[in-house]
Amino acid sequence: MMEAVKVLDAKGMACPMPVVKTKKAIEEIDSGDILEIHATDKGAKSDLSAWAKSGGHELMDVAEEDDVLKFWIKKA
Amino acid sequence: MSQSVTTDELAKRVVNREETLILDVRNTDEFDEWKIEGGSVHIINEPYFNLLDGIGPVAEKLNKDQEIIIVCAKGGSSKMVAEMMEEEGFTNVYDLEGGMKAWSEHLEPVKIADLHGGGSLYQFVRLGKGCLSYMAVSENEAAVIDANRMTAIYERFAEEKGVTITHTIDTHLHADHISGGRQLAENTGGTYHLPPKDAGEVTFDYAPLEEDNDITVGNTTIQVQPLYSPGHTIGSTSLIIDDQYLLTGDILFVKSIGRPDLAGKADDWVGDLRETLYDRYKALSDDLIVLPAHYSFVEELDEKGSVKARIGDLYQRNPGLQVEDEREFRKMVTENLPPQPNEHENIRQTNMGKMNPENEKQREMEIGPNRCAVHG
Repeated sequence: MMEAVKVLDAKGMACPMPVVKTKKAIEEIDSGDILEIHATDKGAKSDLSAWAKSGGHELMDVAEEDDVLKFWIKKA
Repeated sequence: MSQSVTTDELAKRVVNREETLILDVRNTDEFDEWKIEGGSVHIINEPYFNLLDGIGPVAEKLNKDQEIIIVCAKGGSSKMVAEMMEEEGFTNVYDLEGGMKAWSEHLEPVKIADLHGGGSLYQFVRLGKGCLSYMAVSENEAAVIDANRMTAIYERFAEEKGVTITHTIDTHLHADHISGGRQLAENTGGTYHLPPKDAGEVTFDYAPLEEDNDITVGNTTIQVQPLYSPGHTIGSTSLIIDDQYLLTGDILFVKSIGRPDLAGKADDWVGDLRETLYDRYKALSDDLIVLPAHYSFVEELDEKGSVKARIGDLYQRNPGLQVEDEREFRKMVTENLPPQPNEHENIRQTNMGKMNPENEKQREMEIGPNRCAVHG
C-alpha cells in the first residue's frame, strides 16, 4: 500500500467541503507526497477525481469500506 | 447573504420561457450527461473547484448586474459560489435550493383538457428527468397514471382539488424511474393497477390492467379503457381516457418511439413493438391525442409547457412511424441504442417489490437522464 504523509478526515462533510479541505491539505504537503482522504459524500468521488485532474495531481487509488470513500492523491 | 430560488420558481420560468441564465458549477462530466434545459435557458458550466482561488474564470464571461442562477448537485457549492460572486460585486445572483437533486424531483402540473361531465386531465411534467405522469379528475375522485416516486405531490394536488385518489395505474413495469403507484394507492386507500404480463415476479397484490376491464373515475363519468400494446415491455398497456386521449406509456413519444431492450429482450419484443405502432394504434381514430410517459427534448414542450400530439399527425412526422421495411425497423430499435438508464435493473427490481432501498438510495438510483426512447 502506498504511504500517505497525511490523512484528511472529511467524513460527514457535504459538498463542497471535501474538495475545499483537500485543496487546503494538499497545499501543506510536498510535491510527490501522497494525501489520503476519507469522505462519505458520494459526490466526492467524481468531484475529487475531476479536481485532481484539473490541478495536475494524480489520483492513485479509490476504495470504499463501510460506506467510507478513501482516496489517495499524489501532489503534482 | 445570497438569495435562493426554489425549483418551483425555476420550473415556472422554464415553462413560461422566460430568459434565464444558469451557471452550473458541477463537474463537467455530470454537466455533460444531464443539465437544466428549456427554450429560453442559457447555461454555462464551470466546476466550483476551479473557483476556489477566485471567481476569475466566470467573472470575465458575465456582467456584474446580470441575473444569474447558480446550480450544483445538492445546493452546497452553488451557495458558496453565489456568496463569492457577491463579494466580488455581482448584485443579482441566486442559488438553486437543493440543486439538481431537488430539480430532478420537481413535478410541474399542467392542465391538458376539460373532460366531459366537468372532469379534467392534468399532466405532471418532471422537467429534470423528462418523465410525464397524469391525473384524471372526475367528480370527487381521481386516477393517477404512471406516478413518480414523489407521491406527496399528487396527494397535495388531489387535496387542493378536493378529490380522493381511488386508482393508480402503471402502463408498464418502469425501468427508468421508481414508480410511486403502489405507495400512492397505499396512502390513499386506492387500487393499484399493473399489466399482469409485467407483474410475473412482483411481490405484492395488484389489480390486473387488462382490456375490457375499464376503470371508472367518479360515479358515472370518466372511462379509462386499457388497450394492450406490448413492445417496450411485454405487458405495456395504453389507456384511452374519455374517448379522446391515448396515454401511450413508453411505447410512442412525440418525436420518437419506445425501445424494446430495457428488460434484455430486444429481439423478442421488437415484433410486438412494430405490431403495436404499425397496426394496433393505426386502427384507432386519427384524432386521439397522444399523451406519452416521457419526452426527450425540451422542444417537445408546447407553449403551455405540456407534451402532446394528435396521433394522425404523428403518423405523418414521427420518424419512428415512417419505417415501412420491417428489417430496417428491427435494425433501428435493436442496434446503436443509447446507453441504458442508470441503475435500470435495480429500478425494475424495486418496482417489482424485490428490493426496498431506503429513500436516499432511491433518489440516487434515479439521478440522470431517462433514455427510454429510440430516435429514428
